[in-house]
Amino acid sequence: MYRYNEFDRAFVQSRAAQFRDQIERWQDGRLSEDEFRPLRLQNGWYVQRHAPMLRVAVPYGELSGAQLRVLARVAREYDEPDADVYRRALDAQRKLGTVRLPTHHAHFTTRTNVQFNWIPLSKAADVMDLLASVDMHGIQTSGNCIRNISCDERAGVAPDEIADPRPFAEIMRQWTTLHPEFAFLPRKFKIAVSGAHEDRAATGWHDVGLRLVRDGDGELGFRVSVGGGMGRTPVVGTVLREFLPWRHVMNYIEAVVRVYNQYGRRDNKYKARIKILVKAEGQRFIDEVEQEFRQIVELDGAPHTIPRAELERVSAYFVTPAQAAAGRAPDPAATAARQAAASHTSPFERWLSRNVAPHRDPSLRIVTLSFKRPLQAPGDASADQLERVADLVERFSCAEARVTHTQNVVLPWVHVDDLLPLWEAARDVGLASANVHLLTDMIACPGGDFCALANARSLPVADAIAERYQDLDELEDIGEIDLHISGCINSCGHHHSGHIGVLGVDKDGAEWYQVTLGGSDGAARGGDAQPGRVIGPSFSAHEIPDVVDAVLTTYVSLRQSDGVRRESFIDTVRRVGPEPFKAAAHAARSPARSAA
Amino acid sequence: MNPTSRLRLLSAAAHAADDRGSVVVLTNDADPLDHRDAIANAARVELQFPQFTDGRAYSQAYLIRRRLRFAGDLRALGDVLADQLIQMERTGFSSAVLKDGIAPEDARRQLDRFGAFYQADVVRDAPYRAGDAD
Repeated sequence: MYRYNEFDRAFVQSRAAQFRDQIERWQDGRLSEDEFRPLRLQNGWYVQRHAPMLRVAVPYGELSGAQLRVLARVAREYDEPDADVYRRALDAQRKLGTVRLPTHHAHFTTRTNVQFNWIPLSKAADVMDLLASVDMHGIQTSGNCIRNISCDERAGVAPDEIADPRPFAEIMRQWTTLHPEFAFLPRKFKIAVSGAHEDRAATGWHDVGLRLVRDGDGELGFRVSVGGGMGRTPVVGTVLREFLPWRHVMNYIEAVVRVYNQYGRRDNKYKARIKILVKAEGQRFIDEVEQEFRQIVELDGAPHTIPRAELERVSAYFVTPAQAAAGRAPDPAATAARQAAASHTSPFERWLSRNVAPHRDPSLRIVTLSFKRPLQAPGDASADQLERVADLVERFSCAEARVTHTQNVVLPWVHVDDLLPLWEAARDVGLASANVHLLTDMIACPGGDFCALANARSLPVADAIAERYQDLDELEDIGEIDLHISGCINSCGHHHSGHIGVLGVDKDGAEWYQVTLGGSDGAARGGDAQPGRVIGPSFSAHEIPDVVDAVLTTYVSLRQSDGVRRESFIDTVRRVGPEPFKAAAHAARSPARSAA
Repeated sequence: MNPTSRLRLLSAAAHAADDRGSVVVLTNDADPLDHRDAIANAARVELQFPQFTDGRAYSQAYLIRRRLRFAGDLRALGDVLADQLIQMERTGFSSAVLKDGIAPEDARRQLDRFGAFYQADVVRDAPYRAGDAD
């Protein structure tokens, strides 16, 4: 993992002191509400439906055990609203039918950050100081700036990796942090980077998507796509460069962001993302970026070229941890115990096949702790659970964890002998659901229970589906499927990229849900990134589980099988088209409404 | 630009009293490269922040200072608040006219908050580029 040096540490502390000063000037009226808002947003502080929300940056998803413990402490000591705020929130949400509004929790997001829903703004400066004590902050987790860079959760450990993207992600983190020219862009700007053959970082859906590739001479570089994004207008990024030498990546991104800063629309926030500029200008945008890049290199002296020595210096932070590198020959007793447990205990055997992935080191495994279980929202973690995750990470994964964009936590350095004790410990804290990539491993945003932007609640829909599909045999029979739920068109729940997408919409003040089929985030199980297609008019909340059921029943009846391989849901949808699913979904509407 | 030169903070009155000869005024949707001759002959270039959240003038300033190598006074006008001054300094502005009501001491304090920054700007090279032989 990257380790902060004195410079990084002083920088984050200066930022915390700056924010404390800004809060004071806002409180005594020297900063108006409008002047303060962008400042607090760029420190990660939103104002939500009932209370402020803090978003903490987790650069490229990497977390240490010590950081997990501080996140647990923030949840335990600060994630609690004033009694009257909480009472009002409960009253409002109960009217909609919500039964839980957990406090003392953290929430893992689809951009691999961590959110807290209840910290009073009066405690903001103290929380930022506490986070700074473990090199954490909320810098650029919101606002119209370059946001936290996301990455492949298996970076540096995946067998299908071309090169480790984390050194580049760290160099880009530094370059984007408080960049003086790009703090007030037309709209937010998101970068994702992946270094493997499989795209596990949804790069096509980002403003800039970077994939490490090698050219014919074996030189390392990036395939660069620009203008991907969700929201009202889902667009998959356009490839600007099939190969950009790695040392130029920041010069090139500077060209992209400068063209966007100058020409992106600022008159309409729904048309302000770079994807709209790329679509509207097409080849002219590409020409403009290429010309700007040439001038940065030829006239400005290529000020952001990465020297090889700098790449080597940063790469040294991302070597295999000493404990994992030292190696440990598999212990025959542990192997025997694991095999015996797997043959006798079907939950363990299922977990091994679902939540455990191969590692580039044959004696190690990549293990996913599933945060998808009944009675807790996808990605939610209580203070105690965070503390227990820190225990597991320190005991079994060289004190290192990764947040995934599907709202789980990955342990990247697990020895094969430790799988059984890890499973037992994870099961005891409720983090061993054997459902990775299955229907219940769904993505959901916090939705209308917390977010002021939401049109509808996401979590009760997620709850209802999780409750209906608890039989692992049934889930395995349905197979791998990405279900993504967003409470509004801002698409934090990535519904556009779901094999099944559910989008909350508002109709005359009531909550309704649109269903899309056939989307993909770009991972191997869904094929190239693409948005799903809407199947008919929206459904009521209580119809959604029946609609999902109808869609899945249709799939099971239509899928092809050669006796060995079974066609996946997404492949069946692509082969037969939306019509049979549309008809089945329509038939699942409530009779009263269908008759009306 | 001299690395030790700092952003000069001006009141509206001081700005109004300044010499208006040889000044180029650009709106924030202008491409500075289209005005290179006028800029080359100017003593001062004035850029606009209609709202402080509109960041186009930062890119204009960067291009004027770095690409066009303008050596005169580069001034920020409009919605110029305390917390964005350091960005102005780092993108090449040499003077800024503070919006009415901003206390000069609050403003000045913001310029010295950070000992250093990560990335290259108009004023300084990136820290890792010092001694770069690559």
